[in-house]
Amino acid sequence: MIFRGNVHKFGDDINTDDIIAAKYLVSTDAQELGSHCMETIARDFVKKVKKGDIIVAGKNFGCGSSREHAPIAIKGSGIVCVVAESFARIFFRNAINIGLAIIEIKDTSEIKDGDILEIILDKGIIKDLSNNKSFNSGNFPEFMQEIINAGGLIKYVQNSSNTR
Amino acid sequence: MGYTITEKILLNHINVDKISPGNFIKANVDLTLGNDITAPIAIKEFEAAGFEKVFDNEKIALVPDHFVPAKDAVSSNQAKILNIFSKKHNIKHFFELGCMGIEHALLPELGLVSVGDLIIGADSHTCTYGALGAFSIGIGSTDLACAWASGWVWLKVPETIKFIYKGRLDKWISGKDLILYTIGDIGVDGALYKTMEFSGEVIKGLSMDDRFSMCNMAIEAGAKNGIIEPDAVTFKYLREVKANIKIKELMSDKDAKYVKIKEYDVSTLEPQVSCPHLPSNVKPVSNLKDINLDQVVIGSCTNGRISDLRIAAKILKGRKVNSRVRLIIFPATQKIYLEAIKEGLIEIFIQAGAVISTPTCGPCLGGHSGILTKGEVALATTNRNFIGRMGSPESFVYLSSPAVAAASSILGRITHPDEVVK
Repeated sequence: MIFRGNVHKFGDDINTDDIIAAKYLVSTDAQELGSHCMETIARDFVKKVKKGDIIVAGKNFGCGSSREHAPIAIKGSGIVCVVAESFARIFFRNAINIGLAIIEIKDTSEIKDGDILEIILDKGIIKDLSNNKSFNSGNFPEFMQEIINAGGLIKYVQNSSNTR
Repeated sequence: MGYTITEKILLNHINVDKISPGNFIKANVDLTLGNDITAPIAIKEFEAAGFEKVFDNEKIALVPDHFVPAKDAVSSNQAKILNIFSKKHNIKHFFELGCMGIEHALLPELGLVSVGDLIIGADSHTCTYGALGAFSIGIGSTDLACAWASGWVWLKVPETIKFIYKGRLDKWISGKDLILYTIGDIGVDGALYKTMEFSGEVIKGLSMDDRFSMCNMAIEAGAKNGIIEPDAVTFKYLREVKANIKIKELMSDKDAKYVKIKEYDVSTLEPQVSCPHLPSNVKPVSNLKDINLDQVVIGSCTNGRISDLRIAAKILKGRKVNSRVRLIIFPATQKIYLEAIKEGLIEIFIQAGAVISTPTCGPCLGGHSGILTKGEVALATTNRNFIGRMGSPESFVYLSSPAVAAASSILGRITHPDEVVK
């Protein structure tokens, strides 16, 4: 899978309250949640995002609560992939489970807000077309790749060989 | 090679006889938990996937606690979704208003958590139960839906950091101060993906309530779980709540492998306060001068237990809350609330000028019952102080122990309890 989109750049420790504030957790609808994504820290984010865009952040992206509304809101806003130096663990598994693409690379400091990225997901290759730099992430562990290939955890569990 | 407590519990829940950190496993779960925010998504997924039966109706707990008593019509519907699902699947541990409480205070109190259990909860503070020697972690709604269908959860075996606390604690120092100090030291991702194993003579001397506070905030350092080796204090608690004790002893092996060992001498530790807008932004209370407060909140899954209320009452007894300050106190469960009434704590609070709320997560996550407006400053015994956590993105939340919170409510600024109780 290949993504190509504009970068929306964020810093370290972007937490789940930043991504979607608690007052919106009365909805489970992706479009509705997406319309409030990042509202607390970047009021015009939703206006600027175009379908197919990419979030790039520093370390510990998605820290805080277990709310799956966070990756759902990101997906609902039109973002197709999040690149970060590290992800908080519950956000990480939620993203894998619902099929939001996420990639870890060691250093995201050279990628700037507004850059255009091309991401070859299967190979873990990120090309910054605005500064001609490219970055490599390791492959996902085999087990996670199986969940991703199945199309998310629900489909993985539905496969009869995986249920008890 | 030896194993840590966490590794031993995981081994007991899989069909493999060896594990090491980094391995992916599918582990059987003893208890799953969802609340009125996370369970509606899980139920939607469960039903959309066409799953018909839950794996075990006695291993599912559903606790509407975040937005109840319902703050509006949409949140009322969230709780209703849990109610309908619980009836449909004959869920044994569904807790309607009246018998509910904040989930992480409620489940241990009801004896639903025991040593060696493997528990997953669609709430990040599910790590609280590590205080009872359980492996207990926060997961998401899809994880929850899949565990309801299958009875297992996928996990990566975590590396463990051992924390050893030495010395003698000053009288005002609680488990909350120890965990705030630790998070301040290692940062909000200092234990990312890892286990925090709390140990040492200081931990052995802590009450169960203090241990719950510590494990509760392991997530604030990015940890997968926090855990404390069960001892006489643990087993006494488990017997009192009539938990099913299947394991009499659970210790990390002497040659267990730790990725890091941190030692703290906490003899001179003073009360700790986490400043806006990250839990790791921790300072000793004496470094904070002239932080005037609009609101003080005592409660939550971190610090809404009976010993938290007792220490607050001890400080508030015969004193008045500062006229500039709103003091809101949330007993974490109905049982704690009733105990507080019987012990006369509620009367002390009301006479001091506090308001008492029914058990709920309420203001901790900016839900309801104590939301801050622009420019306001709060001191809370809760667990997070992110931007906008308790309301307006232009408000400020500080975190502390109940003792510091109670004392500060009297002076109207953040203070050391010694300044109030001479």
